[in-house]
Amino acid sequence: MPAADASSALLEVRNLQVDFRTRNGIAHVLDGIEFSLSKGEILGIVGESGCGKSMTALAIMGLVPTPPGRIAGGEIVYRGENLLKASKERMRRIRGNRISMIFQEPMTALNPVFTVGDQIAESIVLHQGLSRRAALDRAVELLREVHIPAPERRIGEFPHQLSGGMRQRIMIAIALACEPDILIADEPTTALDVTVQAQVFDLLLELQQDRDMAIVLITHDMGVIAEMTGRVLVMYAGRIIEAAAVDDLLENPQHPYTSGLIACVPQLSDEPEAEREALMEIPGVVPPLTELGVGCAFEPRCGFRMPVCVQSRPSPVAVGAGHSAACWLMEDADRQGADRQGADRRDGDRP
Amino acid sequence: MPILRLVLERIAYAFIVITAVLVLNFILVRLAPGDPAEVIAGESGGITEEILAAIRRDYGLDLPLHEQLWIYLGNAVQGDLGYSFYFNSPVVELVVSRMGPTILLILAATVIALFIGTALGVLASRNPEGLFSNFLTVASLIGYSAPAFWTGLMLIILFAFVVPLFPVAGLYDVTLSVGYFGRALDIAHHLVLPAFTLAIIYIAQYSRLARASMLEVLGSDYIRTARAKGVAERVVFFKHALRNAILPIITITGLHFGNLLSGAVLVEAVFNWPGLGTLAFDSLLRRDYTTILALLFFSALMVIVANLATDFCYRLADPRIKGKRG
Ligand SMILES: Nc1ncnc2c1ncn2[C@@H]1O[C@H](COP(=O)(O)OP(=O)(O)O)[C@@H](O)[C@H]1O
Ligand code: SF4
Ligand SMILES: [Mg+2]
Repeated sequence: MPAADASSALLEVRNLQVDFRTRNGIAHVLDGIEFSLSKGEILGIVGESGCGKSMTALAIMGLVPTPPGRIAGGEIVYRGENLLKASKERMRRIRGNRISMIFQEPMTALNPVFTVGDQIAESIVLHQGLSRRAALDRAVELLREVHIPAPERRIGEFPHQLSGGMRQRIMIAIALACEPDILIADEPTTALDVTVQAQVFDLLLELQQDRDMAIVLITHDMGVIAEMTGRVLVMYAGRIIEAAAVDDLLENPQHPYTSGLIACVPQLSDEPEAEREALMEIPGVVPPLTELGVGCAFEPRCGFRMPVCVQSRPSPVAVGAGHSAACWLMEDADRQGADRQGADRRDGDRP
Repeated sequence: MPILRLVLERIAYAFIVITAVLVLNFILVRLAPGDPAEVIAGESGGITEEILAAIRRDYGLDLPLHEQLWIYLGNAVQGDLGYSFYFNSPVVELVVSRMGPTILLILAATVIALFIGTALGVLASRNPEGLFSNFLTVASLIGYSAPAFWTGLMLIILFAFVVPLFPVAGLYDVTLSVGYFGRALDIAHHLVLPAFTLAIIYIAQYSRLARASMLEVLGSDYIRTARAKGVAERVVFFKHALRNAILPIITITGLHFGNLLSGAVLVEAVFNWPGLGTLAFDSLLRRDYTTILALLFFSALMVIVANLATDFCYRLADPRIKGKRG
C-alpha cells in the first residue's frame, strides 16, 4: 500500500490480523489491515457497523479483549517501536499518554462514582507524576480548553450531572490531558444530537490544530468523512477495501462498496433524486465473519460481480497516487469499466 | 435541603410503621380465642383470679374496643408494652436487656458475611471460568441451601469437639472473664461460632452477588475508559470496578436485616445465646403473648433503623442517589 514516506510515519500498521473465537468458529475480525499515520494528520476510517473499525482502534491501544480475541499477526509500529511486542507495563505508559482514545458512548464512558475532576486528574497523576492538587488545577485548565463553562465548579461534579455533549467534552479533556501524539476518536458523536455533533467536531479540529496531533476518526458517516478528514480508509468485513485522499475518494471512488456508501449521503451524491432514492441503502447485509468464503466478501451484495469474484479474494491494487482498492474490477478495468456509470478509472500505476 | 427532607420523610414513615405494628399487636390479642385477659397472662402457671382482674382493669378489657386501643397506644407511648407474668418483669425492660447480645450477633454476622462474601466473589470474578470460580459456585449453592441449625450443629461438632477451638454455648464464661478487657475477649471468643453460623447463608449469597456484580461492572464502558487511560489492571479492578460493584451489595445487606433477625432466633437457640432469639423461643413455648408482641415491636424498630442506616450508607457510596428517590 502506498504509504507517504515510511520513515516519516508516526504510526504504521502492517498486515494486522485479529481473530476471535466464537461459537461458530474462528472469526477473522481484522484481516491484513495496513495503513500509516503521519504527524498532525486526520485519517478517517469508514464502514458499516461490524466491519472492524473499533477493533482496529482497540488493537492500536492494546485493548483487544483476550480471550476471546487474539492478535494473530502483523505489526503496529509507533515511532519505530512495535507495540505488539511491547510489555504490558510499556503499553500502559503509552495508553492515555502518547496515544489516547475517546469512545462512542459518552453517557456510560465515565465512571459514575468519581468526580469529573478526579477522572481527569487520574491520568495526569499517572503519566506526569503531578500531585493530585496540581493535577486538579490542570484539570480545570483542560476543561477550559474544551470550552466547559465554570470549570472550577464542574470538576467537583459527577458524570450524571452533565449532558451527553458535556460528557464527551470531558472525555476529550481526559484523552488530551497528557498531550498525546495520536487521538483515536471512535464514532465520538454518534450518540449526540446534531448541533452538539457539530460543536464536538469543531472542538476536535481546534484542538488538533493547536497541538499538531494526529487523529484517527472512526465513523460510519461519509458526510463526517468529507468534512473532517484528509485521508480515508474504507473497511468492509475486516479488511480495508479502499484507501485514498478524501477528495479523490469522493470524486473518484473505485470500489463498488465505496460508491454505494457515497451514494447514501444526499449532499455528496450528484445522482438525480429518483436514482438516489434507490441507492439510499446498499442492499443486503455483511455476511458473518465466520462464514466468509474464499471470494470477495462484498460479492453477495455487489452489482458488478463476475465469476472470479466468488473464486478468489481481490488484493489491494494501486489505482492512482495514494489511492488503492481491492476489487477484481481494478485488475480488469478495461473490460468492466464501461459498465460503470460515471466511473473514471485509471488503469496505470500498478506496482 | 434534600437531606433534611429525607430525614423527616423517614421519621414519618417509621412512625406510621410503628403505629401499624402496635395496632396489629392489639388486634392479634383480641382475635386470639378465649378470654383476652388469659391470653395476656400467658401460660405462666398459677394465674389467680386477682391477676386476671388486675389485667382486665389495666387494659380496660370491659371498655369498648376503640377505648381499649387508646389505652394500649397511650401506654406504649409511655414505654409500657405490658408485663410478662412468666418472666415476672415489664416486657420492655426484658427485651431491652436482651437486645445487646442479639445486635452484637447480627452485626458480627453482617460484617463477616460482607467481607468474606465480597472478597470471595471478587476473587472469583478475576477468572470467571477458573477453578476457584466454579468451586465457589458449588460451595455457595451448598451454603445457601443448608439450614442454619444444621450448619450450627456441624460447626459445633467440628470446632467445639473435634478441634476444640471455640466454646459451644453462652455469651461468656464467668470463670474465665477477668476484667473489662478479658470479658470482651471472652465474648468475642464465644461469638465466633454463632456469628459464622448465622453468616454462612449470607456469605454464600454475597459471594454470588459480588461475582456477578463485578463481572457486569468489568464489562462496562467506563472500565474500558480506565484501561484506555493507562490505569494499571490492579487499580482498574480494585478502584474503578469494585467501587461500583459493591453498590448492589449494600442495598441487599439492608434488605437482609429482617431475615438476619429471624435467623438469629434459631442460631441463638442452638448456641444458647442470651439474646432476643432465645427470649422469643422461650416465650413462644410458653405462649407468653405479651413478650412475643413486644419482640415483634422491637424487631420492627430495629429493621427500620437498619434500613435508615443502609440508606445513608448507599447515599455515601453512590453520588447519583443524592436528592433523588427520597
Ligand atoms: N467479544 C467479541 N466476540 C466475538 N466477536 C466480536 C467481539 N467483539 C467484536 N466482535 C466482532 O468483531 C467485528 C468488528 O467489530 P467492531 O470493530 O466493533 O466493528 P465496528 O466498530 O466497525 O462497528 C464484528 O463483526 C463483531 O461481531
Ligand atoms: S471483487 Fe467483484 S464482487 Fe467484489 S466488489 Fe469487486 S466486483 Fe464486486
Ligand atoms: Mg464500533
